Amino acid sequence: MSSAFDYAPAPESRAVVDLAPAYGLFIDGEFTEGTGGDLRKTVSPATEEVLAEYTQGTADDVDRAVKAARTAFGKWSALPGAERAKYLFRIARIIQERSRELAVLETLDNGKPIRESRDADLPLVAAHFFYYAGWADKLGHAGFGPDPRPLGVAGQVIPWNFPLLMLAWKVAPALACGNTVVLKPAETTPLSALFFADICRQAGLPKGVVNIVTGDGSTGAALVAHPGIDKVAFTGSTEVGKAIARTVAGTDKKLTLELGGKAANIVFDDAPLDQAVEGIVNGIFFNQGHVCCAGSRLLVQESVQDELLDALKRRMATLRVGDPLDKNTDIGAINSAEQLARITELADAGEAEGAERWSPACELPGSGYWFAPTLFTGVTQAHRIAREEVFGPVLSVLTFRTPEEAVAKANNTPYGLSAGIWTEKGSRMLWMASKLRAGVIWSNTFNKFDPASPFGGYKESGFGREGGRHGLEAYLDV
Amino acid sequence: MSDRLSVLKTYKLYVGGKFPRSESGRVYEVTDAKGNWLANAPLSSRKDARDAVVAARKAFGGWSGATAYNRGQILYRTAEMLEGRRDQFAAEVADAEGLSKAKAAAQVDAAIDRWVWYAGWSDKVAQIAGSANPVAGPYFNLSAPEPTGVVAVLAPQESSFLGLVSVIAPAIVTGNTAVVVASEQAPLPALSLAEVLATSDLPGGVVNLLSGRTAELAAPLAAHQDVNAVDLTGAGAELAVELETAAADNLKRVLRPRAVDWTADPGTERLLAFLETKTVWHPMGV
Amino acid sequence: MADVTASDGALRRFLHGLPGVDAVGLQARAAALGTRSIKTTAKAYAIDLAISMIDLTTLEGADTPGKVRALCAKGIHPDPTDRSVPKVAAICVYPDMVATAKEALAGSGIHVASVATAFPAGRAALPVKLADTRDAVAAGADEIDMVIDRGAFLSGRYLDVFEEIKAVKEACVRPDGTAAHLKVIFETGELQTYDNVRRVSWLAMLAGADFIKTSTGKVAVNATPPVTLLMLEAVRDFRAQAGIQVGVKPAGGIRTTKDALKYLVMVNETVGEDWLNADWFRFGASSLLNDLLMQRQKLSTGRYSGPDYVTVD
Repeated sequence: MSSAFDYAPAPESRAVVDLAPAYGLFIDGEFTEGTGGDLRKTVSPATEEVLAEYTQGTADDVDRAVKAARTAFGKWSALPGAERAKYLFRIARIIQERSRELAVLETLDNGKPIRESRDADLPLVAAHFFYYAGWADKLGHAGFGPDPRPLGVAGQVIPWNFPLLMLAWKVAPALACGNTVVLKPAETTPLSALFFADICRQAGLPKGVVNIVTGDGSTGAALVAHPGIDKVAFTGSTEVGKAIARTVAGTDKKLTLELGGKAANIVFDDAPLDQAVEGIVNGIFFNQGHVCCAGSRLLVQESVQDELLDALKRRMATLRVGDPLDKNTDIGAINSAEQLARITELADAGEAEGAERWSPACELPGSGYWFAPTLFTGVTQAHRIAREEVFGPVLSVLTFRTPEEAVAKANNTPYGLSAGIWTEKGSRMLWMASKLRAGVIWSNTFNKFDPASPFGGYKESGFGREGGRHGLEAYLDV
Repeated sequence: MSDRLSVLKTYKLYVGGKFPRSESGRVYEVTDAKGNWLANAPLSSRKDARDAVVAARKAFGGWSGATAYNRGQILYRTAEMLEGRRDQFAAEVADAEGLSKAKAAAQVDAAIDRWVWYAGWSDKVAQIAGSANPVAGPYFNLSAPEPTGVVAVLAPQESSFLGLVSVIAPAIVTGNTAVVVASEQAPLPALSLAEVLATSDLPGGVVNLLSGRTAELAAPLAAHQDVNAVDLTGAGAELAVELETAAADNLKRVLRPRAVDWTADPGTERLLAFLETKTVWHPMGV
Repeated sequence: MADVTASDGALRRFLHGLPGVDAVGLQARAAALGTRSIKTTAKAYAIDLAISMIDLTTLEGADTPGKVRALCAKGIHPDPTDRSVPKVAAICVYPDMVATAKEALAGSGIHVASVATAFPAGRAALPVKLADTRDAVAAGADEIDMVIDRGAFLSGRYLDVFEEIKAVKEACVRPDGTAAHLKVIFETGELQTYDNVRRVSWLAMLAGADFIKTSTGKVAVNATPPVTLLMLEAVRDFRAQAGIQVGVKPAGGIRTTKDALKYLVMVNETVGEDWLNADWFRFGASSLLNDLLMQRQKLSTGRYSGPDYVTVD
């Protein structure tokens, strides 16, 4: 890029977001104080500025919320589907109306670039509610019998990488199917869920149908262990997913888990290279790499390795890292000090294990949590950075010679969430797609999401699907 | 009534298409419902379970990669073989479950019919479990089911043949391979089923049958890192909790035990329980 | 790289061996670049840069010397009220207007560009096209904007297209040995596929094009961001491989400052500083200039301008 044509700062105004100094828990249709009296701070990861305080929900708070949801369940599940649909349509529309505010809020609390919260998160959030709204009165046609019943109260625990989008993925199908929910947002990103509570109020949603209990991991653990819930839905790390699976073992709680990944993004020598480079960049640097389905392992055919890596490095040099609220920022802040430490630790391990590290020249802000886009070449399957989920802007490059080798390496992981294939040869693409053990295959594209498209993993990436007709199954008694 | 002394069958395990004795070298006594000795069944060990998983994994690529039509044909062939040995199974079921000849025959008939029913699902399940997804962009987007992988199946304890068939067929027709722990008290129909499977063009390792103590075999299977799913039908409530907990270590898909009327229409639940949905995106452009 | 043009077969194998283009991915990248927010100082810089890159164009059957002289005057001083506005890069006319433009622009440093080779259809015999070119060069054209034979390209006669460009390139040579710069117009709207755009870009560069240009402005689909992005990728890759820098000119349909800024962002982030001047990037446009001027006035005064405050010729 030219130094002459230097983009002036183009910050999105944060005036559109009106933050309270402190937030309670949203239980039974109103904000209430927590029983424990503990407040936590949520900070902007870009500046470490405290944005607001929120309540550390206790087991008693969870119990109150579950009871409220249970009470609400009777009427809510008895509503005609068409009525439930209209509530969800209202929510979808209000989200569209308030999308700028919510995008700015999400960027403040999460650290992701406004370009992404504005152009990816928020449109997908609204679309998800809109999609599932339409199912609420058509469940008898979904392939689960003529009159499928909801499960009851769903306990939902969501991560910090796409706070509002993950809320939408959980809440929309649950409500469409006639369940009520208790949702626990992530401890570093509680704000958009609390604003969603206000959207529920504006939509006139009956009290107790949606309850939001904020807090740390202990709050989430109390929720999934609560005997009064019928369903547990979790998105987050595989480690916590396993703990939840143990917690619900032997109960009647239905469980869906959307967990980690270590996706292979496979580039053949006949790939559309310029688009492959974009796909690689989008695959690993979208949302700072805080994406469970991130294409964190680049598998490149040896015959095109040099050409591709040159192009990739050239492209990485144009990535703009910095103020998430700046409309021209491509890579924002790492969500937390803890996550930054983990990324740093793994990247250091990559270097220590002999992989070659490269980052473009880029100036990182002085405060906040930041990590430059990073590329490792000379990575082997045995390296930690090829096996463990980094959940950050770190790409490991491996090579292959034949399609069989690509498949073997791609599948050689306990995970199985997603994979990418880049080739102009249709038959090879379909062959590869059939061999890869992953729930989502992007060919000649990456990190595409749609409410109509089922998403979820194989193996240790979890089970159950979110999105599409398939996503209903998690919230119906089938 | 002839006084000829009959030739007794030595019951063996079925692993990887072969009929080994238990690696443990041990057997246990199987009796009929009245307590009369019927046979000595192999008392499978943890190592037998491990070998069975290896065989099932080895068979998975070929079986899941076979065309659905081919799998359907092979399963139908199994039904043909079962029909030919109907009387044998009726006798074994009568002994095992203490049923009259007529009731046992009815169980066997239902089992054969069920096997045929599942055989027909091979090339249809993707059409009810898959979807074309109208995404908001220029992408071809399709979801289709794929088999989960290696499924450890604890066969029902009570229904030694109809129940057994009702848990094996739905697991394998979609392309999974299975390690099946037969009913502990009534394993003989299962071990005889192995003889039918071995002569039905079913590739070795697709179904592996073990007899022995359910709890002993289930524990290593539920904890095995190369098993993708467990069907806990044959586990008691307490054992099931343990097994589901162990299964969480590699996030196996778990089908929890519950009361089942094996004579009732099974629906698609067991077919769909061991499937993964794979969604493929591809741009549309010139 | 001479061997790749040794025969029709060799040229075909080379062009078809170039990496494919995924249409959806290309369009998505162009759209993403279009979301850059160019404000304040960056906008002021970009507006002046865009003005300086304009090939201010009139290609009408009704063109007269008077019309051309007016356009030339506008090119020299785009905003009569503000002498700080840069001049445009060139005035683009039909061959018979070259002499008029040359005279009107004398001493201004603005180039005269002439379309040629039976513009816009290109349907004439080669000798006619060459005569057309020589006529424009003789009249003083600094730059020649030729059109390729799209029929030949689409029917796979790549070597014919290649030879024709080479012949026109030779016709650009003046008696004194200097040469008019050759811009090769692909009429990408008629080529239909992005793969074709990549192939024709390489073909033209192999044949000696100084500039590659999207469109005549005379068909339904003219310059688009994805096509221009793809051509920028082609000149970038060609320089890496052949060591020769080639310019890019999107033409037709670029009417607003917003559009122009998107193109400049694309240049900036795809090929960078080396192409970010009028020697290597041009806009073929006419109404774009006034919109740039109005935006420039807005930026300097803080008020929105109106069409009465820019000149209409």
